[in-house]
Amino acid sequence: MSGGGPFGRRFRGLLRKEFVQIVRDPSSIAIALVMPVVLLILIGYGISLDARDVRFGVVDENRTVESSGLYQSFASTPYFRPVRFVDSRQAEAALMRGDIAGYAVLRGDFSRKVVDPLRPAEIGIFVNGVDSNNARIVEGYALGALANWAQGRLSDRAQHARPAVVLEHRYWFNPELRSANFIVPGLIAMVMTMIGALLTALVVAREWERGTMEALMVSPATMTEIMLGKLVAYFVLGMGGLAVSVGLGIFVFEVPFRGSFPVLIGISAVFLVVSLAMGLLISTVARSQFVAAQLAFLITFMPALILSGLMFDIETMPAWIQAVTTVFAARYYVSSLQTLFLAGDVWPILLPNIAALLAFAAVFLTVAIRRTRRSLE
Amino acid sequence: MASPAPAVVLEGLTKRFGTVTALDRVTAAILAGQITGLVGPDGAGKTTLLRLIAGLLKPDAGSISVLGHDSVTDIGAYQRDIGYMPQRFGLYEDLTVDENLNLHADLHDLDEATREKRFADLLSFTGLLPFKSRLAGQLSGGMKQKLGLACALLARPRLLLLDEPSAGVDPASRRELWRIVRTMAGEGVAVVWSTAYLDETERCDSFLLFDGGRLLASGAPADFTGRLKDRTFLIDLPEGQRHEAQRVAAAHPDVADATIQSGSVRLVLKEGAMLPDPKILGGDGTVPRPIRPRFEDAFVSLLQVETKPAVMDGLHNGAGLEGNGAAIEAHELTRDFGKFRAVDHVTFTVAPGEIFGLLGPNGAGKSTTFRMLCGLLEPSHGSAHVAGVDLGRARATARERIGYMSQRFSLYGNLSVRDNLDFFSGVYGLAGARRRDRIAWTIDSFDLGAVVDAEAGGLPLGFKQRLALGCALLHEPRVLFLDEPTSGVDPLMRRAFWQRIGALADLGVTILVTSHFMDEAEYCDRLGIVYAGRMIATGRPDELKRRFVSVAMPEPTLEDAFVALIESHDAEARPAGDAS
Repeated sequence: MSGGGPFGRRFRGLLRKEFVQIVRDPSSIAIALVMPVVLLILIGYGISLDARDVRFGVVDENRTVESSGLYQSFASTPYFRPVRFVDSRQAEAALMRGDIAGYAVLRGDFSRKVVDPLRPAEIGIFVNGVDSNNARIVEGYALGALANWAQGRLSDRAQHARPAVVLEHRYWFNPELRSANFIVPGLIAMVMTMIGALLTALVVAREWERGTMEALMVSPATMTEIMLGKLVAYFVLGMGGLAVSVGLGIFVFEVPFRGSFPVLIGISAVFLVVSLAMGLLISTVARSQFVAAQLAFLITFMPALILSGLMFDIETMPAWIQAVTTVFAARYYVSSLQTLFLAGDVWPILLPNIAALLAFAAVFLTVAIRRTRRSLE
Repeated sequence: MASPAPAVVLEGLTKRFGTVTALDRVTAAILAGQITGLVGPDGAGKTTLLRLIAGLLKPDAGSISVLGHDSVTDIGAYQRDIGYMPQRFGLYEDLTVDENLNLHADLHDLDEATREKRFADLLSFTGLLPFKSRLAGQLSGGMKQKLGLACALLARPRLLLLDEPSAGVDPASRRELWRIVRTMAGEGVAVVWSTAYLDETERCDSFLLFDGGRLLASGAPADFTGRLKDRTFLIDLPEGQRHEAQRVAAAHPDVADATIQSGSVRLVLKEGAMLPDPKILGGDGTVPRPIRPRFEDAFVSLLQVETKPAVMDGLHNGAGLEGNGAAIEAHELTRDFGKFRAVDHVTFTVAPGEIFGLLGPNGAGKSTTFRMLCGLLEPSHGSAHVAGVDLGRARATARERIGYMSQRFSLYGNLSVRDNLDFFSGVYGLAGARRRDRIAWTIDSFDLGAVVDAEAGGLPLGFKQRLALGCALLHEPRVLFLDEPTSGVDPLMRRAFWQRIGALADLGVTILVTSHFMDEAEYCDRLGIVYAGRMIATGRPDELKRRFVSVAMPEPTLEDAFVALIESHDAEARPAGDAS
């Protein structure tokens, strides 16, 4: 009979139903295809960790050639838009108002001291430290600008005493230090988590809420057929979400892609299976869409956001939190994506990640299938 | 009829959920070729039993044999032979009628030829043929129900399980459904029909009556009601005396049950008792008419509950202070939602102290009308006066004179009964001595003394209903709005509730109530029938019934009248604009 076997008429019927529902239900399409766009644009532009065009005050109490040169060195980098003050109280007030992120103070005797080899000139740097991350970046750039200026002065004057060491910075993998390059791969992981876990948990919960699950369970369809139908449909949708996110990342955010697409697709497919299995697992517990959404956010989305290395570097976390991150699949996927986008097919990194993801997929799928029983108890 | 083979045999069936026993040692048989009614209030165990038979749950003790197979060990053997329609029909609302049918055909592995034949049969049988490509979510309640049934019938089941198929469906569709199911039973299918409507049971071939998980009674409905032969009477009474008379009658030692039915009092006598003199009930000497007993009469007398008369003294609601004007006056009320006109020029008045029922199928516009009258929704057109106040001008003042009890009771489940009363009295602006008095009055009048410190969420439904009513009356409103106040509440609680409502009306409180229970409409003084956004008829229940007396229907029920009204309205409306 054609109905027997996993790909018989029953399965095709279930699969057709899932696709028709996806097409008809604007919220599925929204989560799978519109949300990536919104998330990428919102977070990609909004949470920018770069310092660019930072308004920075330069308090110049006694305007001289020396101090103007320093001002110019701030103005000549793309990072700062310096604002000149003559009084440090004005600068402080501007800082309070949030007009500037910080300021440097050059005292009235600055020019004099700068040319006096015995008395080193002092420069005070004040940074708004409310957002410590941002403060550190501004401080770093400001010191860089000062170092540039000092270097420039040395070479201008062609001093006979050459510096003992010259520092040359190189930022590997992300030479322009664009956070988009770092964040976009992470966002793809979030989008895949949303589609896999959240959407799947929601649509199964919806079947419970509307009583359709009961109708399916009483029919001759097996639980495997019902669940497989969902997995296949949302797998296709998830891969669509991946295509949208990757396309957007590469073409709109101009994130470089240095790995190979087959590897990207392979790893993403494994991660998507992990997510889908998580979604199914949530749906075995949550019988309402509200609970399903809460659980999905709590145990898949939040860890993917916070503990995956997407926002915060795992290496800098306390050891026990680092240990915690190892139980979330998103961490291995984010690491793989960042490698693929920014470095290339670096197998020593990718292979352990793939192994971990495969292990997650096997465990979650087994548990999800075991727990999904044809019963209402 | 020769006794047919049992399709389902239950033996000492017990099912527990945690500490709650959902079904307690149930032994019964369900026969093929019959409609078996599964009757009882919410929580009686009806759905649990259906799910056990369908193999969705496993019994904790006892056994179920379905079509000769054990439900636990041998479910695969009969899975194909069950048609199951869960509550709310189990349809995919974002799939069309055709797609829903195709899905179920796929699930049952029907080939193309069989499929086409069955679709053609079922679509014409259910009258859904013109709606083949419409989304299931856009069908009316009645049509959804028929589609759910068609899906369940697709694979020619030998056992058809229907979980509350008629809940929330208008009486006309309900009758249609009965016709279809009756035909199926005629073909030898065993039909199990669960319902909370006691009047539906009378149409079944046999019934299983549940309460709190126990099987209270079973057999043929006629045998069950036959026990009350010559014990049911109707006493006609002049207007305004019914509630008082009903209370007197209920307290009489020979009376098992007294209820109001369309301006008369319905009496059920105790076994072997004599009919009391109608004069003591304040009747004008008319002779009580013997009437046919109903299933509900038998149910109530089976439980032998002493219905304590509800006393509602001490409500100083100041009724009649505003002269003799109408308590509620709706004038040309209209409400549009986008292009859809939910309520279309509805006009009616309700006199002070009257119980007015808004009756209509789901989606007819009764809730929208209701919400406009209690100031929860702004009318698009028309005006409403409640308790002498124009809702359009002085909504806040009107609200002070309105009590509102919503369908879901709107209580705080994790607060105690007293906390709920405290909270709601605060909301209504009561303070000091008046607040203390009103709370004491409510606890006393609604018998809440024993549960005053219990969490409201954990109370039985009947208590919640009383508490919700008490909260709505704290500020002594002149007009009381009740939105489907008795849905899900068991029949005994319902009649106790209506006694209170009657007592309130006697104190001069005007009551506007929506309901989809036809038998409850009998408790109302006047009814408004809402259909397709219009008020298609108003009148006393007996007047409405009298309009449809004919040779074929010498004693029409309210449901007969309702169906006839809707049919004649549809007949008038059709030539004008039947686009769909």
